[in-house]
Amino acid sequence: MFEWQELLEVLSLRDYNTRLVVSSAVLLGAACGPMGAYLVLRRRSLMGDALSHATLPGVALAFLASVWLGGDGKSLPLLLCGAALTGLLGCGVVQFIRDRTRIKDDAAMGIVLSVFFGLGVVLLGFIQSMPKGSAAGLESFIYGKTASMVQNDFFVLSGSALVVLSAPVLLFKELRLLCFDGEYAAVLGWPVKRLDALLMLLLTVIVVAGLQAVGLVLIIAFLVIPGASARFWTERLDQMLLLSALFGAFSGWLGAALSALAPRLPPGALIVLVASVGFALSFFFGRERGLFIQFLRRRFLMQQGDAKDDLVCHR
Amino acid sequence: MIWYAIDSWIVVTGIFAAVACALLGNFLLLQRMSLMGDAISHAVLPGLAIAYLLTHARASVVMFAGAAVAGLLTALLTDTISRLGKVDRGASMGIVFTTFFALGLLLIVQAADHVDLDPGCVLYGAIELTPLDVAWQVDLGGFLWEVPRAVLVLGGTLCLNIGFVIIFFKELRLVAFDPELARTQGLPVAALHRGLMALVAVTAVAAFEAVGSILVIAMLIVPPAGAFLLVRRLPAMILVSVLLAAFSAVLGHAGALVVPGWLGFTSTSTSGMMAVAAGFLFLLALLFSPSNGLLANWLHNREGNR
Amino acid sequence: MSEAITSRSTDQEAALKVQNLTVAYQSNPVVRGVDFSIPKGRLAAMVGPNGAGKSTVLKACLELLPRLSGDVRIHGDLFRKQRRRVAYVPQRESVDWDFPVSVLDVVAMGAYGRLGWFRRVNRSVKAAAAEALERVGMSAYADRQISQLSGGQQQRTFLARALVQEADLFFLDEPFAAVDVATEQAVMELLRDLRARGATCLVVHHDLATVPQYFDWVVLLNEQVLANGPTESVFTADKVSQTYGGKLVFSRKFFGSDGSDV
Repeated sequence: MFEWQELLEVLSLRDYNTRLVVSSAVLLGAACGPMGAYLVLRRRSLMGDALSHATLPGVALAFLASVWLGGDGKSLPLLLCGAALTGLLGCGVVQFIRDRTRIKDDAAMGIVLSVFFGLGVVLLGFIQSMPKGSAAGLESFIYGKTASMVQNDFFVLSGSALVVLSAPVLLFKELRLLCFDGEYAAVLGWPVKRLDALLMLLLTVIVVAGLQAVGLVLIIAFLVIPGASARFWTERLDQMLLLSALFGAFSGWLGAALSALAPRLPPGALIVLVASVGFALSFFFGRERGLFIQFLRRRFLMQQGDAKDDLVCHR
Repeated sequence: MIWYAIDSWIVVTGIFAAVACALLGNFLLLQRMSLMGDAISHAVLPGLAIAYLLTHARASVVMFAGAAVAGLLTALLTDTISRLGKVDRGASMGIVFTTFFALGLLLIVQAADHVDLDPGCVLYGAIELTPLDVAWQVDLGGFLWEVPRAVLVLGGTLCLNIGFVIIFFKELRLVAFDPELARTQGLPVAALHRGLMALVAVTAVAAFEAVGSILVIAMLIVPPAGAFLLVRRLPAMILVSVLLAAFSAVLGHAGALVVPGWLGFTSTSTSGMMAVAAGFLFLLALLFSPSNGLLANWLHNREGNR
Repeated sequence: MSEAITSRSTDQEAALKVQNLTVAYQSNPVVRGVDFSIPKGRLAAMVGPNGAGKSTVLKACLELLPRLSGDVRIHGDLFRKQRRRVAYVPQRESVDWDFPVSVLDVVAMGAYGRLGWFRRVNRSVKAAAAEALERVGMSAYADRQISQLSGGQQQRTFLARALVQEADLFFLDEPFAAVDVATEQAVMELLRDLRARGATCLVVHHDLATVPQYFDWVVLLNEQVLANGPTESVFTADKVSQTYGGKLVFSRKFFGSDGSDV
């Protein structure tokens, strides 16, 4: 049973590198879960999509700025700041287009994601044509580099996760009202715009921190899937937030551990597929809204209806 | 700026891809499904990978079929999940396309031993290289006319899309405007919807290798959105979106030749620049549209205050 | 009785006073130069055709919409200073009824304003919410999921939430749209009860037939205010048909001769 031994070793994080990768994935999943739950509830699930694509020009600009200032462009804090800046700008543009024109949410997100990403690609093109600069490290922001995370990445990720996770705990009531009925919150005197901006800021923090780990397409899955899965199990917001964090963390743990067993397979993709399987299970067997329970409820109602019909007939 | 025959081919490739996308994008925009283009163009990846694994060749018929199937599946699954599970459309779209994309990545890793398939190529394409792959040579009295394969493929796709829009214009308009009414009138709404999705997928694949998914997404969404701000009627909107798309391609290529020089670089990505050009034109529409532009609104409000 | 109130109503007495209010959506003005006031202790209806800007006026008073010009006074003061005294019942469709909260959770939201930042919903708030639910006849539904409510129950839930705010000026946006008769009666009873306690209500209302029976003050609105005053003097066939662009012909029986104080 050598293989079982190996599996056990990986799942229980014996090896240092595995431990680093797996715990990063767990933290990222746990922090993305509740953020995604808020997005799903506000019907803005793909905001993460627009946001993650909008970070690319920031990464490239930060790189260029650092090279112009004489550095080698690989300073992680600078790159992350750049990513966060254009990410936030992207969110702002989506909001602006939505509020000030006839164009709807989805198209506004599409415009931001494609144009910002295009700009990012243009800037990466500049960098590639530079004699001394090399954009090699920047690719990790697009595709992720889960398997080669280093300790620094881990610290950034755990710090961000902590900040992001504190919001639903501290501001549970405020965020609930904002998401359910923002207009009413405004009448009560809550600074709705600032709360909204705070939520976007937290989203940006976790997306930027997670980009390197799973890449900018797969981070969208981390945001959407756990939140949507949790909705099938509960009708209470607090439980939904908790569950989405657990689902995210579990997908991160299992996916990253599996990829340690099969080093050739991209870890980001494995994590997403684990999450997808979790979604499929929730979709069918979720305790509150799964298809199975819906089917049972319908049958129950129909039987009740039949029983009533019988009564009428026999009378 | 020096312009070679190669540049003309690049621009033609770009225009074909841009116009083919923009045509379909109008209907996506009106049905509030713009991001379906984004989803489908990511989700075709496993279809492509499977086709590669089966045929070991690029741009085969199998590849188009694989992509169309993947695209249709995306649309179908998104609908099913959002309807049966009461999940928000955007969320179900996100779930489906990221899952497909992840699956595609796994398959590509499997395929990497056999074929050279770079996910980067899927994202930004290699429009700069398309003229080198000549599919068809015509001898015009001593002048050798070399038509690149990408131009042929995209030209075919463009004709397909134009045909679709012209033949089904009436139906598409009704479906976009009022799907319920369309259904009660006995129009095959679902079939039209699926046809549209399949065409988006086919267009995405045709354009992939040449211009990359980023340009596909940009051209599906941005020119129609700009046209939506400029005009009110659907035929006019389609026409304007096509013009905007074509102009973005020209402007983008010119920009890719000129802009790096201004900033002290030597070159950059052409398709990226085309997407940026589309964004720039959209910005102009946003600011200066005579009916809804920010400038017009501002002037109007100022008058109203007086 | 109503005469006495009208003659006494001065600026201090007005629960709500709106002057020269103009609101534009993008570049198109929706309402312009709106002037009206509602004295304390009145049950007022805002009546007008579709697209007349009724909800817009309400939202502009609550500073939910930016206004191009105009002044809104609540008990003689700015809304933001009198926020605690104002409760708002939005249209039912304005929220997602599939949101994962219970009926009691929604009603407790009425107390969020006085709870302040970071503080959790405590026992006294829950007790207040339960009491409000009792008043609208929804006690049995406290732990229900809001997605399981009927239209009328949704409306009562929103009303209970407004009650928890302990306000004395109520804004209600179409509370009778698509609700059952029982709910309509229950809501009216509650509004009358509020009036008896000295509160003022402004209700966006659609059903002309019930205006004289339900309300003692009427604001007729169609992009601007056509009339504003006690029902018996304002709600006349001439003025109403003028409000509706003269297109509608009403049966005379709507317009009682002796007014409407019920």
